[in-house]
Amino acid sequence: MSERTNILARIREGLSVPAPVPGTHELHGNEHATAPAPIVPGMVMKWLPPVGATFGDQVALFAKNSFELKTDFQIFDSLGELQGALKTLAQVEGWQRIGTHRGTLNDAICPALGLPMMLTDESYATPDLEKCDAGISECESLIAQTGSVLVTTRSSGGRALSVLPPHHVVLVRREQLLPDLPSGFAALKQKYTGNFPSFMSLITGPSRTGDIERILVLGAHGPKKLTIFCV
Amino acid sequence: MNLNVLQFKSDSERLTHNLDHRERIQSALKKYYVARDDKKARFQDWQAARQAAAETKWEAVNHLDKYLVEFADKIEARGAKVHWASTAEQAREIILGIVKEKNARRIIKSKVMTGEEIHLNAALEAAGYDVVESDLGEYIVQLRHEAPYHFVFPAMHLSRGEISDLFEKELGSAKTDSPEELTMIARRVMRDQYLAADIGISGANFAVAETGMISITENEGNARLTCALPKVHIALMGIEKVLPKFEDLALFLPMLGTAGAGQAVTCYNSMYAGPRQPGETDGPEEMHIVLLDNKRTHLLADIEQRDALHCIRCGACLNVCPIYKNVGGHTYGTTYQGPIGSVITPHLRGIQEWKHLSSASTLCGACTEACPVKINLHHHLLHNRRNAIAQKPVWWEQTLFHLSSILFNHPALWRLAAWGGRIGQLFHPLIQGTILDPARAWTKTRDLPPVADQTFKEYWRSRQK
Amino acid sequence: MKITLFVPCFVDMCYPNVGVSIVEILERLGHEIEVPEEIACCGQPAFNSGYWEEAKKVAIPVLQRLKNAEVIVIASGSCGAMLKVFYPELFAKTEYELDAIALAEKTYEFSDFLVTKLGNPDLGARFPAKVTFHDGCHGLRELGKKKEPRELLSQVRDLELLEMGEAETCCGFGGTFSAKFPMISTAMGEVKCASAIETGADFIISNDSSCLMHIQGLLNRQGEPIKTLHIAEVLNSRR
Repeated sequence: MSERTNILARIREGLSVPAPVPGTHELHGNEHATAPAPIVPGMVMKWLPPVGATFGDQVALFAKNSFELKTDFQIFDSLGELQGALKTLAQVEGWQRIGTHRGTLNDAICPALGLPMMLTDESYATPDLEKCDAGISECESLIAQTGSVLVTTRSSGGRALSVLPPHHVVLVRREQLLPDLPSGFAALKQKYTGNFPSFMSLITGPSRTGDIERILVLGAHGPKKLTIFCV
Repeated sequence: MNLNVLQFKSDSERLTHNLDHRERIQSALKKYYVARDDKKARFQDWQAARQAAAETKWEAVNHLDKYLVEFADKIEARGAKVHWASTAEQAREIILGIVKEKNARRIIKSKVMTGEEIHLNAALEAAGYDVVESDLGEYIVQLRHEAPYHFVFPAMHLSRGEISDLFEKELGSAKTDSPEELTMIARRVMRDQYLAADIGISGANFAVAETGMISITENEGNARLTCALPKVHIALMGIEKVLPKFEDLALFLPMLGTAGAGQAVTCYNSMYAGPRQPGETDGPEEMHIVLLDNKRTHLLADIEQRDALHCIRCGACLNVCPIYKNVGGHTYGTTYQGPIGSVITPHLRGIQEWKHLSSASTLCGACTEACPVKINLHHHLLHNRRNAIAQKPVWWEQTLFHLSSILFNHPALWRLAAWGGRIGQLFHPLIQGTILDPARAWTKTRDLPPVADQTFKEYWRSRQK
Repeated sequence: MKITLFVPCFVDMCYPNVGVSIVEILERLGHEIEVPEEIACCGQPAFNSGYWEEAKKVAIPVLQRLKNAEVIVIASGSCGAMLKVFYPELFAKTEYELDAIALAEKTYEFSDFLVTKLGNPDLGARFPAKVTFHDGCHGLRELGKKKEPRELLSQVRDLELLEMGEAETCCGFGGTFSAKFPMISTAMGEVKCASAIETGADFIISNDSSCLMHIQGLLNRQGEPIKTLHIAEVLNSRR
């Protein structure tokens, strides 16, 4: 505890003199610095990129963002169509084994693929998951503003399922599309306050790097492909 | 002159002559400018967002005691262990202690600049542990036994050819000029490392006081794997990283992505609220947070420059800095390069040893303009200059400025100076560029402007008659 | 209007035509000009080098001499920033604080003065040439003036403005920086010159002679034909 006490004491000593309010480049006349008015969550929405008023606008924006991010985003009218598309994908890519977790959508779709499944709902061996050709997960929500998928340990089969296999497939219902980041965070807070999952992540496109000559390469360490099938 | 100055001067001299280096940095950054401008333009109000980000950080930093305690208590309630380190040495000892206690052998790291700051790898290696950097850029510079060239783009200075040669030598891979193939070589190496690692060490981009979480921003997925697979997760972070509220992330994640990399948000933005919780089937069994002061409270006590603690390490100030673009990241000799590094390094490591970085600026202000949290960077460089001189003036400079004040305040002397200049320039060609030339620093590459036959004031006096 | 003209030290000594042009333009518009003999420099070199006490020795006489001026026009964005932005900081919490703030409020950089205070009058200028404009950092970022000089140039007959890619990038002068770190300064200047030359312009125009001194010094040495001119010289041209 002693370093905690020491550090906090130094902080309090430093803070005994107030600092100028930010953004005003003035350094005089600030002896009585007052806190800026708190930022109301709704204000943030007015500054971030616009998302459109209707659900249709937001779906279109999500699709546009996905295209730019090289995410494969498809929206289907029925579970049957989605299942057909996933089956085709599994055949085209020659999946031998998939990783997934229990969930209403997953349960309705994954077993019908007829592939060996590794479930992450019970404790599992990491090398087994690493050998899966795809990780199929559900999610908390989609964020139209940024083309992101919001996953959590609880909704999406743990920490590793969405990052370890080379292809991450997200199954999602259209009601889960949210307009923007503030609503994504608000929804998490509403659902989990007092009991957050230990891991929550905004996934925005397949894994990428620009570390070599700032040239984009997909699949640096995480999935090379991200597919979002929405129904 | 101290060694840091000599090293800075000789490295900058060498690199400004290296046109390939200049070209590589400019062309890498051009891609960034295009992407950044595109993403900034999508904001409804980028300036209002900057102001809000600045105010949120002001609130956090100016009530740091409160928010830091809130963060620590809340994340401990979720099962993490919080350690407090006043110095780099203490932080190294804490981490070594955990590693020893766990009987760990292999350690995987995601990018953590505070780790560079405390020279963590060297300490772990000296104690006999294998440490691997998993971020591609960091891995490349680790293989080269180099410091990161840029705290966001660590290997920006290297060509694909140099990286291919490096991988051939260190990993035995075949030569290739494809960035994709090079990335896949590193991916394959790293997969084995992940599966074998006992401990994952990460940094933190933000810590949320309200909910007791850390947030990590990345693109590659290496930090996600670092925080998912090993049994123990250690996060090392500066005490200034705290944000008050969970939803503040909704503003800061896009600000960081846009300013830092020209992305609306980066590929992965992950929040970690403790180790594996009951009912969860993966994730580390233990999570340790190491909170590092290492002179940050020294900066906090300086009200003029306290806002330098608002920094979210996006690197935007480096990317626009004409000095950085010409001298490159290694020339600074610091953990944090570019304008923000020049501002904070004197606080962290001593003003007399590092004041030259504040002088090596034209105070052009491009950094301040680019900063997403509105840190008054270039004015702080000016403040560092003043503080360094107030502590220890350079006698000949002080004499020169004193004498020039007399010259400026006496019109007769000023008139005389014009005559002196005219006579002097008659003889100047004889010594120009030689060691006798008092203006040699200028005249080596530039012509001096001639003193006019009639100065403006002479013109004005002649008109009054 | 009675205008007090502050011609900075190096403009006085090396670029008198800038001052002459300003006088002629403002007089043609019917204003009365005064030029204080007693002041030569704003004190920026000492200030920027960290010698704030020495800077005050230069700045206090400036404050005192300009105290009763109606309006001050200064022939440099950089020296303008010194008076408008940095004097209030230099004199914060001293007996001169209020004078410094008052001076800042009535001081204008020349091109800003023409646009903001005089409403961008037609000066009847004619300058048949292709030009590119260099934004001096202090004018651009400390004073926030980007459109003002361009509005002035848009009124000049037969002038074609070609914007360069690096218009807002620092030229590398930076006062004493140019002598303390000559190679970095030169490298930055080379980037600037290359960007200006790329436009195909015949002239680099700026509202800051200090940048132009550096740029012209480099151009001369490189034997490039492109020339530098202060915006006042262009606005006073009728050729």
